[in-house]
Amino acid sequence: MAITRRKFLGWMGCAAAGSATLAGTAAYGASNKEFKGHPGSFGVLHDTTRCIGCRKCEKACNEVNKMPDPKVPFEDLSVLETERRTSVHTHTVVNRYAPSKQASSEKQHPIFVKKQCNHCLEPACASACFVKAFKKDKKGPVGYDETLCVGCRYCMVACPFNIPAYEYDNPLTPRVMKCTMCLPRIEEGKLPGCVEICPREALVFGKRDDLIREARMRIQKYPDLYVDHIYGEHEMGGTSWLYLSKVPFSQIGMREDLGTTSAPQMTAGALSAVPIVVGLWPVLLTGIYAISKRKDKVAEEEAQEAIAHVKEEAETALASELAKLKEKMTKEKETAVTAAVKKAMDEAAAAAQAEEKAKTEEQKAPEAESDVEEEK
Amino acid sequence: MAFKLPPVSLKIEATPGNIITGIILILGFGLTVMRFYGGLGAVTNLDDTNPWGIWIGFDLLCGVALAAGGYVTSASCYVFGLKRYHSAVRPAILTAFLGYALVVFALHYDVGRPWRLPYPIFVSPGTSSLLFEVGLCVFLYLNVLFIEFTPAAFEWLGLSKIRGIVMKMTMALTIFGVILSTLHQSSLGALFLISPSKLHPLWYSGYLPVYFFISSMFAGMSMVIFEGSLAHRYLHDKMDETHLKESDGVVLGFSKAASFIMMGYLGIKVIGLAIDNNWHYLFTGWGAWFLLELLGFVGLPAFIYAIAARDKNVKLARIASVIAVLGIVFNRLNISIVAFNWHLPAAQRYMPSWMEIVTSVFIVTVGITVYRFITANMPVLYEHPDYKHEH
Repeated sequence: MAITRRKFLGWMGCAAAGSATLAGTAAYGASNKEFKGHPGSFGVLHDTTRCIGCRKCEKACNEVNKMPDPKVPFEDLSVLETERRTSVHTHTVVNRYAPSKQASSEKQHPIFVKKQCNHCLEPACASACFVKAFKKDKKGPVGYDETLCVGCRYCMVACPFNIPAYEYDNPLTPRVMKCTMCLPRIEEGKLPGCVEICPREALVFGKRDDLIREARMRIQKYPDLYVDHIYGEHEMGGTSWLYLSKVPFSQIGMREDLGTTSAPQMTAGALSAVPIVVGLWPVLLTGIYAISKRKDKVAEEEAQEAIAHVKEEAETALASELAKLKEKMTKEKETAVTAAVKKAMDEAAAAAQAEEKAKTEEQKAPEAESDVEEEK
Repeated sequence: MAFKLPPVSLKIEATPGNIITGIILILGFGLTVMRFYGGLGAVTNLDDTNPWGIWIGFDLLCGVALAAGGYVTSASCYVFGLKRYHSAVRPAILTAFLGYALVVFALHYDVGRPWRLPYPIFVSPGTSSLLFEVGLCVFLYLNVLFIEFTPAAFEWLGLSKIRGIVMKMTMALTIFGVILSTLHQSSLGALFLISPSKLHPLWYSGYLPVYFFISSMFAGMSMVIFEGSLAHRYLHDKMDETHLKESDGVVLGFSKAASFIMMGYLGIKVIGLAIDNNWHYLFTGWGAWFLLELLGFVGLPAFIYAIAARDKNVKLARIASVIAVLGIVFNRLNISIVAFNWHLPAAQRYMPSWMEIVTSVFIVTVGITVYRFITANMPVLYEHPDYKHEH
């Protein structure tokens, strides 16, 4: 593989920048900003002590939203026997709760609670939606745009109040269904259907800030009638719909363990980790790659060095042996030469000697010859 | 460049396995028709309170976790420089690609309007959603895996020039793949951060994304080992000498790594318990279930892996891999289904319908069938003779 470091880092840079621009736009990080709702936004105060469980609000809701008629007519109060939740064709339900057994001394009235979308200030559904199909309107309602919805139902997983319902039996165009707080009616200057029809003013429509003041006043005025808590003022970061109750809210089907952290804050940490991973991982991984590559290189160099060293050693050993051998051979040769020279010289000397001897003999011989001749 | 399509082997024999496959595929086809004719309500037990069933809990969460073998193996080989894992990379990439493709395929059943699946990326990105992050990363990673796998197809088709271009991008693709995997593996856990009021405290933790990411590592390794043992049994004739020679090393290497990571995972799970002070839940029924998951399906396989690595016992490692894979499934189902809505009475809880289960089985079967076709034809478990000794 022919990847130069420059090329490689270039690619990583592109990848990082690309992912950061694509994925990093919504991570607000762990800022300490607190959203207190759109100023002047509307809400509804539901005073459960005033509700008589007449189900007129359910009927009005059904009519306003042009829903099909229910199997059991709204006038039939027997449906209150079982606890219900919102569904595809019922955006609001009234439930009846028996009073707790402890407070037996007082007159025992059942408590009725209306249930619908609470229109959170920072909605979990909107935070969870991956196509922005849910939107918190500046007027208060949380709206839903079915032209964007993919039908993943993560909003339903996210909603702490279990409100959104889904058209499971619609094969091609299923929608998520929930209360709209009658936004179209609000825009026309009308009250939400349920508020308008309520015969006991158990529902009050108004600016959320005013409703909180009103609720506090009621609690202050009638401390025996209410628990000292406005449900929805802070739950899940606050909701546009607010509740008052005589008994602890957990006794009337409302969870008191939701906390005050808004849904977006719960996921802010995880989201803020995204750009950091995108920024840091290329560095880390390239570093690991470089280290492993470098290790390989060093190992190879070391191996080569070792080989060179061994080779060198072998070579010197060979050379020295060769030199020794050469020396030995030269020596041998020298000895042989000296020996040969000596031998030759000896031989030559011997020859010279012999020659000399012969010469002297020769010299002697003529003398002898002459002697012989003389003798003759 | 003109090329001739290589011979395709499509021999289908009437073996029991093939017959069962056929039956499942036919059933799945029928259920598909029902799903898109009658809506989700016609085949699933989902309701307004339990919007996610096994098509999310198993097909999406387990599918993605068990397809982590792709990034784990390619990172081991290319980033960490463990070149002996090279022969394991291609099968792992293929399984990962098929795994992710199946996840997307399964989502077409689960979401209401599947033709709008590109919406989050191309029409109206909801960037505040962790599901958006999952979607974007899975989409990008599917492309990365596809490109990473194309060399095998190009070798098969004899397109050596394009193959060369793709091979040059290996390193960049690997690192991009690890980034994307880190992000979406963790984001799948982070999906549940938004519902602390619904998930049991033993499973809900601010560390959910970390847990999902760390567990995806040993999920991927275990899956590589597990698939390897299946492939050895059924596709032995497709493997070349290098693959066979290196495979034991991969099994033992991953055993060791998985054992270490699982021990670390156990550690951070205990830290999660401690930091939220959830100890008292351990002494409830939920606690027993939680301990079963942690000790029986993480601690035990971690221990077996360690022994297998020490004794160089490949068989033992394979046993551990099965338990570890089951453990991942157990964990993901616990978070998405069993411990989700734990506070509700039994009547309001979710149990999958047989049709949901068969659909999930059908989707897995589609994956296995495609895997068999590809490994039967393309150079996955062996190296193409023309490109040997190139790396």
